[in-house]
Amino acid sequence: MTQERDPAFVRFAGIEKKYGRVVAVKPMDLEIPEGSLVTLLGPSGCGKTTLLRMLAGLETPTQGDIYIRGKRINDTPIHKRNLGMIFQNYALFPHKTIFENIAFGLKYRGVSKTDMQKKAEKALETVRLPGVGNRMPSQLSGGQQQRIALARAIVIEPDVLLMDEPLSALDENLREDMRREIDNLQQQLGVTTIFVTHDQREALSMSDKVVVMKDGFIQQQGTPEEVYNNSANHFVADFLGHSNFMVAVVGEKKSPFLEARLADNTLCLVSPAEDFAAGAKAEIVIRAQKMTLGYKTDFTRQAEMNYFFGKIVDRSYMGGEVSYFVELAQGQVLHVINFVKRAPYRRGDEVYIQVDPFHCRLLAP
Amino acid sequence: MKEKNWKPLLLLSPSLTAVFLLLVVPVCFVVVYSFWLRAPSGQDIPAFQFGNYAKFFADFFYPSILLNTLRVALETVILCLFLGYIPAFFFYKTQSRLKPYLMLLVMLPFWISFIIRTLSWINILGDSGLINHLLLKAGFISAPLSLLYNEGAVIMGLLQYLLPFMILNIYVSLDGIDKSLTEAAQSLGCTEWQAFKEVTLPLSMPGVSAGCLLVFVLTCGTYLPPMILGGPGNEMIANLIFKRVIGTLDWPFGSAISVILMLLLGLIVYTYNRYMGINQIFKSLSNG
Repeated sequence: MTQERDPAFVRFAGIEKKYGRVVAVKPMDLEIPEGSLVTLLGPSGCGKTTLLRMLAGLETPTQGDIYIRGKRINDTPIHKRNLGMIFQNYALFPHKTIFENIAFGLKYRGVSKTDMQKKAEKALETVRLPGVGNRMPSQLSGGQQQRIALARAIVIEPDVLLMDEPLSALDENLREDMRREIDNLQQQLGVTTIFVTHDQREALSMSDKVVVMKDGFIQQQGTPEEVYNNSANHFVADFLGHSNFMVAVVGEKKSPFLEARLADNTLCLVSPAEDFAAGAKAEIVIRAQKMTLGYKTDFTRQAEMNYFFGKIVDRSYMGGEVSYFVELAQGQVLHVINFVKRAPYRRGDEVYIQVDPFHCRLLAP
Repeated sequence: MKEKNWKPLLLLSPSLTAVFLLLVVPVCFVVVYSFWLRAPSGQDIPAFQFGNYAKFFADFFYPSILLNTLRVALETVILCLFLGYIPAFFFYKTQSRLKPYLMLLVMLPFWISFIIRTLSWINILGDSGLINHLLLKAGFISAPLSLLYNEGAVIMGLLQYLLPFMILNIYVSLDGIDKSLTEAAQSLGCTEWQAFKEVTLPLSMPGVSAGCLLVFVLTCGTYLPPMILGGPGNEMIANLIFKRVIGTLDWPFGSAISVILMLLLGLIVYTYNRYMGINQIFKSLSNG
């Protein structure tokens, strides 16, 4: 049973939001495919929450249109939009029991008492909290409260599930569990979900599509792999994971790679990029995890590899892996993350860094 | 270990001493006085007898004033609640940059003497006051309306005194409500009005409850508005005490009335908290 899925189930067209002279969301277009989980990712103040709140009907766009299922909903009031909303601070009604909280949306949809009971119980089972219906929200832990908020939102069978930083109020350990739970639940129900977060790990781990935003504008959108491995610009590469940037001038093709000349006049092989002409200024981006360290004394050159030499100036041990900061002769400090093999390198060790040209990508400066 | 026990007490002792000297001791004096005997010569004779209390309940005159006081207090509470909730809600909702200044306006009356404020109503409601003057000028009436020296004027005077207490109490409660709760209610299908009924109103009940109690108790203890703006029939219990103590210098009887008022208010506050307590109000409203 493969039902045709609408690739533009939710569509923002030329949407813009201004608060006085401050532009929160610059005119933009965005499409959310049916049944997918899309993350709006960015630092605070990037407009991600404003975008979500405009869809929810809690903010009015300054211009542009919003469509759900091809129907323009700009003028539909919030309570008729049939959206499930999850808030950062759970937003459970503190004066109502868990059951009353979950049945709240059903009550306003004219669901009969018996159906209400059935649906609420089923929702509680879905979030794996059966039998807490008679308790008050304050009697539950933060994680449980957020699961009740989830139950309250899904029980009304919303067209779109909107989540505004739902995990940020939870403990680190709980966050991981809750993230998997939301992910599983979303897959199970197949409800179109928009998830707002500033946490790249959340975004990368659970999304079908990540929309990276900054200053009210979309920087890049794509699958987690696309935005991580093929970051469109400096901001995206920097925001997702740990990246090193080196200024370079594009040189000759050297099949299958491309040559680039660094600031200290050394050559570096980078993965080919069509849109860079020889002589153009560019920036090489290298992920901290893609570089390997070795003692300078053990150095042997392999063909078609890039090498940098330097001294470890700082390191932080993170359990399975160690984060090293290596100062090169020309002064730049590179961030390298390696798994611990034997004993970790110490501060002051002379090392070489090896990196496959395939992991050196060119970006426009 | 022992140090831990007396240190907080030591630190609290200045304020405890102040409370004791300023509140507990005077009340004890009043209670003791209420048992004293007043000689026909006007002398107060130390004694322990219930004559002053018996005098209060001897006929219906004194209790009727007490009942009248409670009725006026109740009317004032109800009016204060409706007139106070609206501005409090406005302060909660408004995004205006003028909000701090508007809130200052609520506090402004406290800077002017209560007596002056009460007296000023004579200039508004009196026979040659503002309202009558305007109505006469406009030709709506041919003779001045008697707006002063009745219960309406007394309640007016009480309102202008007590409204800020109600507004601030309700506002504090409203301000503590997470705005995402109303948003959640609306996203689940409530109109704005339904969200108010379901969420905002019940959650503002602690403030409403505290404001009502405060206004009620304060009304029962005021004597200025009835004295200045009321007629002979609008006397309240505090006026009676004032007259006995300051007018006829009958301290024992004045004290006895004070004790009766105190006990009655104590009982009302206790019952109110017991049966109309915050939890109770929450529950009764949330089932609707």
